[in-house]
Amino acid sequence: MNVYSIAYKNLLRKKTRTALAAGGIMLSAWVLATLLGFNKGYQQGLNRDIDNMGFQVLLTAKGCPYEAATLMLKGGTGLRYMPEAVVKTVYTNPEVEKVTPMLMHGVFDPDKGENGAIAAYLGVDAVSYPPMKAYLEFKQGGWFKDNNALEAVLGYEAAELETREVGDKLLIPGVEKEITVVGVLKRSGTQDDGTIFLPITAVQALFNKKGLITGLGIKVKKDADINAFENKLYDLPDVQVVSMAQVKTTIMNLVNSARVIVMGIAGIALIIAMAGVINTILMSVMERYAEIGIIKSMGAMPLDVFKMIWMETALLCGFGGAAGIGLAFVTARLAEAGVRYFLPYAPNGALIALDFGISGAAFLLITAGGLLSGIYPAWRAARVRPLEAIRIEGEQ
Amino acid sequence: MAKDIVISAGDLSKIYRRGAEEVRAVDGVSFEAAAGEMVAIIGPSGSGKTTLLNLIGCLDNPSSGSLSVGGRAIFGGQKALSERELTLIRREMFGYVFQKFYLIPTLTVEENIMLPGAFYRAPGAKDAHEVMKLLGIAQRRGHLPGELSGGEMQRVAIARALINGPKVLLADEPTGSLDSKRTEEIKGILRGLARQGITVVMVTHNLDLARSADRLLEIRDGKVHGA
Repeated sequence: MNVYSIAYKNLLRKKTRTALAAGGIMLSAWVLATLLGFNKGYQQGLNRDIDNMGFQVLLTAKGCPYEAATLMLKGGTGLRYMPEAVVKTVYTNPEVEKVTPMLMHGVFDPDKGENGAIAAYLGVDAVSYPPMKAYLEFKQGGWFKDNNALEAVLGYEAAELETREVGDKLLIPGVEKEITVVGVLKRSGTQDDGTIFLPITAVQALFNKKGLITGLGIKVKKDADINAFENKLYDLPDVQVVSMAQVKTTIMNLVNSARVIVMGIAGIALIIAMAGVINTILMSVMERYAEIGIIKSMGAMPLDVFKMIWMETALLCGFGGAAGIGLAFVTARLAEAGVRYFLPYAPNGALIALDFGISGAAFLLITAGGLLSGIYPAWRAARVRPLEAIRIEGEQ
Repeated sequence: MAKDIVISAGDLSKIYRRGAEEVRAVDGVSFEAAAGEMVAIIGPSGSGKTTLLNLIGCLDNPSSGSLSVGGRAIFGGQKALSERELTLIRREMFGYVFQKFYLIPTLTVEENIMLPGAFYRAPGAKDAHEVMKLLGIAQRRGHLPGELSGGEMQRVAIARALINGPKVLLADEPTGSLDSKRTEEIKGILRGLARQGITVVMVTHNLDLARSADRLLEIRDGKVHGA
């Protein structure tokens, strides 16, 4: 028989009230752990997506940097063009290991979806692009035979969406040309899953963009100074240099702004849970006013009573917090599906990365918040004067 | 040979202020109680019985007068005792029994009896099983208070008051909510405790119980009228 077992049994006295208070803490812990996991998962996903692009620097025609970032990540349309000659100019730099030109083009496909949609095609170089994307594996077939072939390689999701397999034909709307599917990629968990790859020369010919490209992917030698190289590229006329580091920083700045709001919401959830704890424990103290007086008349010191009530708060927060973190693990995939519904352009892979560190941090935060909110009720209980408590009870 | 005096109250008074009015709840009460003596305080409602019991039990501070317990000056000495010192005296000297029992409903009989030990284990503390046997509730050790009769609950409350081996047992209307059969049982128990050397001071309206005491203190308007 000790203070801890008394505290535990006191919580069982009003089971519904205890369950409701613990439920509030559980929800707060769930929100907190999920948000912290989302924060980490999003950052990891973004890093993974950018690292999987295969090149560290992208050269685009001068324009909006966000548009350039979109090109890199999603393949935007309505883009500016650069002369193909820039490939040679860039390749002559000693820092460059590999370059790969790209031409993105989009056309309106009236048969896509209910009301039609944009179909995007990424023209890539059959020789330089595959080595840069070494991690891409084929489910069926392989890359196109040369840059003039009217052939296509479909990303995993693009193949599913178009319901095409190797050997099938794919009609390009607007130009009314049929191309043959020669390869279907395995799922890579990157933006490539949704891409339709065509040979770059074929895209230039099909869409009347001869000698033009929209982007140039550059892989820099290992020991090269990327910053110095980027500064050199800025000297080229009418081009824009976007480094992966810049893209990461730009997107993370946007994500961080959203994170402040999201963490604010988590903070509010925590405060509400704390208010719930104060209310529950204080109500419990008031109901047991005489009982606490009797305990003090038996010789309990104020610190003993404080410990007993504070322990109730700790147990409540401990159980609620642990349950909330457990719930966050169980519902992580469901929460992720919800996030993807509202943020369709979120990075691929696990968006909610829960681990021991995050669980521990969420648990500590919840427990610390709970213990903080337990101070006032515990202090009130510790101050109960035995006689006053017994007298009040006697008058009732 | 004279018995040891455990409680000694001298001209003990407690005055409350109700606005401009001064209420003398206890007015110059002096009495002594020896070890193993059973004292009953009787009187009409509002006469100051419970206030006197609270003063004796160090639950309340007197307005004037002196009190010593076990030879130690509690009130009226050179220096007023702090709340902490009063708590130390309460847990070493007294056991309290209340009319409403105040048992913790989520703790079993045994746990309720052991409750004071969770905060303080006195050197002369008794074994819970022995106390339960003494009070005839050993077979109910695993039951919750809600499963007990009024008499059993009061016996548990007495057992809880005895667990730390007090010198004085203070009981406020110990049979107030019990029928005559249970009242007889409690009377027998209190008498037995007095025989074991515990000073029993009780407030009661029950004259039959009061007559079983060694001494009667009749209080009216805060003053002792008969002893």
